[in-house]
Amino acid sequence: MKKITLPLNKEVAKSLRVGESVLISGDMLVFRDAGHKRLFESIKAGKPDINYAGETIYFMGPCPAKPGQVLGSCGPTTSGRMDKYTPYMFDTGLAAQIGKGKRSLECVQAIKRNGGVYFAAIGGAGATYSACVTKAEVLCYSDLGTEAIRRITVKDFPAIVAIDSLGGNIYER
Amino acid sequence: MKIADLNLLEQKIAEAIEDIACNMESSCLAALQKAREKEDNPTARFALDVMCENAEIAAKRGFPVCQDTGMAVVFLYVGRELKLNGDIYEAVNNGVRRGYKTLRKSVLDPVTRVNTGDNAPAVIHTRIVSGDKIRVEIMLKGFGSENMSKVYMLNPAQGMEEAKRLIIESVAIAGSNPCPPVIVGVGLGGTLEKACELSKHALFRKLGSHNPDPELDKLEEYLLNEINKLGVGAQGFGGKTTALGVFIEKYPTHISSLPVAVNMLCHCSRAASFEV
Repeated sequence: MKKITLPLNKEVAKSLRVGESVLISGDMLVFRDAGHKRLFESIKAGKPDINYAGETIYFMGPCPAKPGQVLGSCGPTTSGRMDKYTPYMFDTGLAAQIGKGKRSLECVQAIKRNGGVYFAAIGGAGATYSACVTKAEVLCYSDLGTEAIRRITVKDFPAIVAIDSLGGNIYER
Repeated sequence: MKIADLNLLEQKIAEAIEDIACNMESSCLAALQKAREKEDNPTARFALDVMCENAEIAAKRGFPVCQDTGMAVVFLYVGRELKLNGDIYEAVNNGVRRGYKTLRKSVLDPVTRVNTGDNAPAVIHTRIVSGDKIRVEIMLKGFGSENMSKVYMLNPAQGMEEAKRLIIESVAIAGSNPCPPVIVGVGLGGTLEKACELSKHALFRKLGSHNPDPELDKLEEYLLNEINKLGVGAQGFGGKTTALGVFIEKYPTHISSLPVAVNMLCHCSRAASFEV
């Protein structure tokens, strides 16, 4: 299986093809519905709370950690709910997203236009993904609990290339 | 008159939640393993491999199967020979608060979006039955699948043909979102809310079991076959298994209508039943 490292190099992003299975290692940002909503309020106010240029965002809200865990169970959530935020984020430098499920046409076009990539993690596999996390910290919005923005470090995180930089889309095959 | 032990009810609810969050229902895991064996689409096979491996890691290490440990849905069957010296709903919700201590708190106010902080309250359905016990059916319901629910108020001329078409279509529309292979619960008849309740309750059936009503049993088999021809497959990656099972419940309805509700479970059913 192809191993890739974050932050995602532009050339690597462009070489990935829909349907490929990959093992991802490195740092990623984690947030979901409420984190996006609040970040966009800060962008609108002209003072973004975080810089996501070059980053990979994983749509996820973890369980609390149990003894022996860096982070609790942490599989992907449904990406489609973040579709409305996605084109702007790719247009302003986001490298990749990880989530589960199909995306809107606008998202596919934004990924293509910017040479990005969308990975599908395996929904429901929370325990498997927890075992991949080697480091986790809350960056902001800690009052949102599970929906806070985090940075996590992962090793050999299994995923599928679901939308590639040519616009190839696993959900439309 | 026997007095219900509400403290025991609370404790057993808490224990059940901790247990089922980490242990996928056994008939569900068996069905998933079977789907993996017969899958020849490599991407779907990869997804099924990860799902089965995940269930093993979760059970072995005591980690939740999925980070969406859901909202608790509880059906209470209260024996009419019991005396309730206290608030049975409060006992259930206290059990939920205790059971979710180490799990994700996903329950919040729908308008303000402020989290309740303890995953209470549960959604509780109560039925009064014979006997002097309380039987509990509890499910941790994830919302990737819940969001894909559908309800249709058909007219009698549309009938069961249209109902069948819409049930199959609802799984196609849901696509990859409910973490397929899904388990499909269908409620036919009653009123709007009765059809929905039936569709939820149907999801407590074990995979591999037959519907006691032969006509519904045949209908379940037909729908499962048709749904598995959709090609949505595991995680929406294509392949042979889009659904692991279809379960139907029905209730008499009005001459003017045919309510049809569809509720889905993801591939990790987390449910239990017990008596107090």
